[in-house]
Amino acid sequence: MSMAIAQLAAEEKMNPLLPAWPEIIIGLLCFFIVFGLLGKKLLPSIEKVLSERRDAIEGGMERAEAAQAEAQALLEQYRAELAEARHEAARIVEQAREQGAAQLTEMREEGQRQREAIVAAGHAQIEADKKQATAALRQDVGSLATQLASRIVGESLEEHTRQSGVIDRFLDELEAKAAVAQGAAK
Amino acid sequence: MSAELTSLASGSCHFGDAGCGFPAPGLNEFDFKPIFSIGSFYFNKPMLLSMIVAVLVVVFFWAAFAKPRLVPGKLQLVGEIGYDFVKRSIVLETIGKKGEKYVPMLVSMFFFVWLLNIMSIIPFAQFPVTAAIAFPAGLAAVVWVTYMTLTFKKHGFVGGLKNLCWPSGIPGWVMFILVPIEFFSNIFVRPFTLAVRAFANMFAGHLLIVMFSIASWYLLSPSLGALYGSASFVVAVGLTAFELLVQFLQAYIFVMLASSYIAGALEEAH
Repeated sequence: MSMAIAQLAAEEKMNPLLPAWPEIIIGLLCFFIVFGLLGKKLLPSIEKVLSERRDAIEGGMERAEAAQAEAQALLEQYRAELAEARHEAARIVEQAREQGAAQLTEMREEGQRQREAIVAAGHAQIEADKKQATAALRQDVGSLATQLASRIVGESLEEHTRQSGVIDRFLDELEAKAAVAQGAAK
Repeated sequence: MSAELTSLASGSCHFGDAGCGFPAPGLNEFDFKPIFSIGSFYFNKPMLLSMIVAVLVVVFFWAAFAKPRLVPGKLQLVGEIGYDFVKRSIVLETIGKKGEKYVPMLVSMFFFVWLLNIMSIIPFAQFPVTAAIAFPAGLAAVVWVTYMTLTFKKHGFVGGLKNLCWPSGIPGWVMFILVPIEFFSNIFVRPFTLAVRAFANMFAGHLLIVMFSIASWYLLSPSLGALYGSASFVVAVGLTAFELLVQFLQAYIFVMLASSYIAGALEEAH
């Protein structure tokens, strides 16, 4: 190799570390053509598209975030409304229950009152009937006894007994006896 | 066509033939006959290749980015991946938010250098244009002018010099040694190493591929040499794949260093 270099050096003085000026000129020219076209036109245009794309992606993200926030707000609102509605419903049910209870008590009282009235009326009726029956019975028993006695005695006692009040006295005595017997029994 | 092809074409000379040595590749591989010349200006194959590369880069990005759409097509997507790679992984990573302004220059530089390098393994081109030092030197000069201008524009003349050669957090007595070194390193060595790094890598890679290609042909003879020849061919193929990696890496390093120099120029005064 060194031989070859020496041989070449003898043939022609060439130093690979010395740049040749025509090559420098053409090399720089080529570079500046590339740099000019890329730097002035092509790279700015792609840079613009890249930033547009970044914007599109970030814009999409922002839109998605906004939509999410809106959905969240709606959800909150919906929840609040739901809670309020539940509260309202509970309140209405409570009110209805109270009202129902009040009505029930009222009706119960009314019923009680009516029952007592009916019972009282019944008692009065029974009492009246009893008195009536007693009076009727007293009369009937008296006339029956008088008739029977007349038959037995053979003459009419009707006028006499009626005038003397014997029957009434007898019956009163009977009642008194019954009362005494009843009191003893008690 | 380059010398290697002529030597391959005229290669009736094989291993074992009498009076026939190995035609070792040398600097002649990097010396191209001008296609035409006007006075002292000439036009040769690397220059043609660099023009083709410029056209390829522009055509690709034109096809990808001229009518960009919000939902990218395949070509636009590939372009966007390449653009985004250089922008994010190199420029913004190194310079930060302030680097936004230098993205177009560095993106252009990356793809230009990468394609110049790739020419190494494209059939018929078969020469990494960056192996001719004029090309990386020109680009390194562009980087140098950029970061020097930025330094003095941002910090003024004195501040700029201070930014270039006055490191912070160093005890005073070390400054005697460090300031001249920094001065020399940041102003003169940086552009030189930037250019030579790209140049030397591509130069050496190209030489290796040529070497093993010629050897494959030379060793191809009806003898044991055929075995060596096929081994050499396998190595040449392997090196070609390896060069593909190196080409990308050198473009990456070139732009990465350019970014870091710009970042240094934009650094706040310390």
